[in-house]
Amino acid sequence: MKKIDLTCVVCPFGCLMQIELDDNDKIISVTGNTCKRGETYAENEITDPRRNICSTVRIEGSKVHNVVPVKTSSEIPKDKIFECMKEINKVVAKVPVKIGDVLISNVLGTKVDIVATNNVLD
Amino acid sequence: MLAIIGAGPAGLAAALEAHKEGIKDIVIFERAKEPGGILLQCIHTGFGLHYFNEEISGPEYAARFSEAIKDTDIKLICDTMVTSISKDLEIIAMNKKDGLMKFKADAIILAMGCRERPRGALNIYGTRPSGIMTAGAAQEYINIKGYMPGKKCVILGSGDIGLIMARRMTLEGAKVEAVCELLPFSGGLKRNIVQCLDDYGIPLRLSTTVVCVHGKERLEGVTIAKVDDKLQPIPDTEEYIECDTLLLSVGLIPENELSQLAGIKIDPVTKGPVVSDTRETSISGIFACGNVLQVHDLVDFVTLESQVAGKAAAEFIKNRNLKNEFAKVVPGERVRYIVPQKVSLPVTEELTFYFRVTNEFDNMIVSLSVNDKEIYSKKKRKLAPGEMENLKIKTELFENLTSDDVIEIKVKEK
Repeated sequence: MKKIDLTCVVCPFGCLMQIELDDNDKIISVTGNTCKRGETYAENEITDPRRNICSTVRIEGSKVHNVVPVKTSSEIPKDKIFECMKEINKVVAKVPVKIGDVLISNVLGTKVDIVATNNVLD
Repeated sequence: MLAIIGAGPAGLAAALEAHKEGIKDIVIFERAKEPGGILLQCIHTGFGLHYFNEEISGPEYAARFSEAIKDTDIKLICDTMVTSISKDLEIIAMNKKDGLMKFKADAIILAMGCRERPRGALNIYGTRPSGIMTAGAAQEYINIKGYMPGKKCVILGSGDIGLIMARRMTLEGAKVEAVCELLPFSGGLKRNIVQCLDDYGIPLRLSTTVVCVHGKERLEGVTIAKVDDKLQPIPDTEEYIECDTLLLSVGLIPENELSQLAGIKIDPVTKGPVVSDTRETSISGIFACGNVLQVHDLVDFVTLESQVAGKAAAEFIKNRNLKNEFAKVVPGERVRYIVPQKVSLPVTEELTFYFRVTNEFDNMIVSLSVNDKEIYSKKKRKLAPGEMENLKIKTELFENLTSDDVIEIKVKEK
């Protein structure tokens, strides 16, 4: 059995949780969290840690903007973050781009899209 | 006319609220080319959890308000700088197209936001090479202009902007050697320390500061040192770190040059105007909200505060029923400041007080008293200077309050 400390990143409260794991790294108990989401986060963090990432994509045809901000439509595996950044930096968008437009679909086969987070209309 | 200065989250929310209250003639002055303010460069998510109940990015948060403005007759004048306001509610503004312009407003809402403390405020010894900038400037270079300000970086200050920029620089291929923090604790949110530093193996060096910068044309490195409990560098703890970029995330200051020109009373602790619960400043008809009033951690609270100011300004224009009796609000033990600094009488609505504590505390009681008599208390598991607290007080608790009464909020041990 082993114990690890984990800070929950689900909300700005940032609960410090204590996780007990058995010899197969299965969770025995989670304490210190103040809501249910902490438990889910702990479970995911042990088995399949994931993060959202936010970046920018080059945009052509705009008088004001050089880049348009983007985010992952949902979390991607933590170990794919830098690979995903490479994909994001390969794309060039063209005006007009609207919030929610998919600029890369199914990035790295993760079923997660890279979507625009601002309107760049001209 | 209701004039609003600044089209960031504060100005936009205040305008929409005043419009909802029936004010037709609203003009927002914005010095940038488009509305949104600093949110436009905050491309990370984490905004909107309180207000929209979902986590969105800065530009998305801004767009929800700037799109809503488009559906109204609120006038947005961008690319225009307000150069002065007066106590008679006169506004002078200028831009390239129209030159100097003069307006007479019926009420003004100040929503100019805040600015970062620059290198000059720190007195760091050394040369004057390029490569030293505020974290916000680097954020603008990367997220708006689309280029990288450096390859090897040290960040001084562990507030949220510093932490967010550590991650952003790393994602774009820079190496962040360390985040140094003068204090023994980080002012940033715990989740940001995990998501922005721990995830990328970036060391957080507490009780450490930059004592010297090196380099002629371009920054070549910095010397850091540990500090003692009086925050003075300890001899023989110096360490040289090679880097081409030093980002400063060392505090924000409300941008009150215009307010001071008009003669508005400024709180020396918040560096923002002294306001009543309606966010009216010391000059009748001038209101303030958002980071120009007090530096917030979360934009959601800027929105809420600005709605209070927008509603009050609308009320002021419609009814002119001036409240001019106030009860004072003072910070007590372990409390650094409270906004609002006074409460207008009689109290007719539930009041929310926002405050910050002086240090990190565990398991304390937040207590509100009138003339030393406690009327409300609440247990708090954790308190930190980096997290703004709020206290909601029901109307009936302030019945019979007079202008001789003093409201105090303090933090005491259990």
